[in-house]
Amino acid sequence: MKRTGILRILVIAGLIGLLEVLCRVGVIDNFTMPPPSRIAYDLWRILITGKFNAAIAKTFSNAALAFVLAVTIGIAAGVIIHAMRPLREALDPFFATYYAIPVLAFYPLLIILFGLGDAPKIIIAFMLGVVAIIVNTLNGLDRVPRVLLKTARMARLNPIATAIKITLPSATPYLLTGIKFAVAYSLIGIIGSEFVMSTNGIGFEIAFAYNNFDNATMYPLILLVMIVSISINTGLGLWEKMLLSRRGLR
Amino acid sequence: MSNERHVHVSLRGVTKIFRGAGGTPPVHALGPIDLDLRRGEFFAVVGPSGCGKSTLLEVLAGLSEVTEGEVRFEGKPIHGEIMDGVGVVFQEDACFPWMNIYDNIAFGLRQTSITATEIEGRVKRALSMMGLTPFAQSYPAQLSGGMRQRVCIARTLVLQPRLILLDEPFGALDQQTRLLMGEELLRLWRETGATIFLITHALDEAAMLADRIGVMSARPGRLLEIVETGWARDRDSRIVETDEFGRITARLWQWLRGESMKSIDQSSTAA
Repeated sequence: MKRTGILRILVIAGLIGLLEVLCRVGVIDNFTMPPPSRIAYDLWRILITGKFNAAIAKTFSNAALAFVLAVTIGIAAGVIIHAMRPLREALDPFFATYYAIPVLAFYPLLIILFGLGDAPKIIIAFMLGVVAIIVNTLNGLDRVPRVLLKTARMARLNPIATAIKITLPSATPYLLTGIKFAVAYSLIGIIGSEFVMSTNGIGFEIAFAYNNFDNATMYPLILLVMIVSISINTGLGLWEKMLLSRRGLR
Repeated sequence: MSNERHVHVSLRGVTKIFRGAGGTPPVHALGPIDLDLRRGEFFAVVGPSGCGKSTLLEVLAGLSEVTEGEVRFEGKPIHGEIMDGVGVVFQEDACFPWMNIYDNIAFGLRQTSITATEIEGRVKRALSMMGLTPFAQSYPAQLSGGMRQRVCIARTLVLQPRLILLDEPFGALDQQTRLLMGEELLRLWRETGATIFLITHALDEAAMLADRIGVMSARPGRLLEIVETGWARDRDSRIVETDEFGRITARLWQWLRGESMKSIDQSSTAA
């Protein structure tokens, strides 16, 4: 492991250790936050008892669905918009300001339209993730070397084959950046929606625990979300690193 | 009739004018050009920067349509479409960085109906011919610029083109590597029997490699002169030591000096 990697682990371990000490000596009282070791133990207990399995499955399956939709529709939309210059020029300002819009504010409207089921949460998460995918797909496609496109033409590839075999593989590092955002946005969208108005899922359980001063549930579930999100992003980061190094870019 | 049989590619009155964008005037890039490429010959084109050499190659490749005139390959007219039997090696690195060398070379073949066994055979032969066998599983980023260009040449050769178009393929390489790559190119030309059309800015490269050299004018590019080198088919880079090589290079420069000055003037006026 490189020195920066070791340093990163030391910093994180140091912060957790400091938090542990502050909680143990009473600088942070246990009513506000239990020590990290206690949170980890409570998480372990929650996972082995299976008490929140249904909520966990609901949240992550919804997030996965929103993520898959954002990635597939986002990449397809990115390819189409890239091929249609006037559409691109019309949409660019919209993309630039998209994240200034609080998407979660549409949640009540979506509930009116789709009811209190999973659909509004999935739509919110999808709306958050899809534009990150589109923008990064466009970025990647803008940077495909022209000579590769000429090579595609020499191989007589049609536009769809060119996208699948040449432009998207060439743009993969940028797509991965978008995918990393989409993972985070999918989780934020689903859990955020569950917080606001829902009867199930991790977000609902965290909010419920918070309202009932149930730290032994709230903190472990927050930790679980963090672990899952960071693990997926670390995995994608390692994949990205491998791709970049294969291309001589890192 | 016999002469027609020997003509592999013919250009008649080929002209290319790029439409002006955003109110800018149109650019007359090329022509009119009349030229016959003989079957199996090595033809090089030299000319000042921006004279339309690459545009001419794109027209021959079918990547760009002519504004006026006609291009025929093996008697069939080319109208901005890619013809069977034509291969191009570009100046820029055209390796796919996400594929290993084997897959890069096999790429074009896999877009055809050729069987997997035949593809494997052709790719292995090309790897061996280009000295790339030990690097079959490597990625382009692990190879030098010269080796990557060899990969691109191999990718074109496996398709067994009858006309190979090379757009300054050694432009980014150092002088020694260029000489050696030139020798390899001559060997491949002899082995394949293909017609080669080479665009280059290096007069010595053209003088060493080609049977005939077309000298182009500053924009709009026209053929000012065609110089016959008279080299034997089994030549190699040692011809650079001969007096004749010096005479050919000097003759090319005589033609090009004035055109290069005009080209510089055009660039500074445009700036």
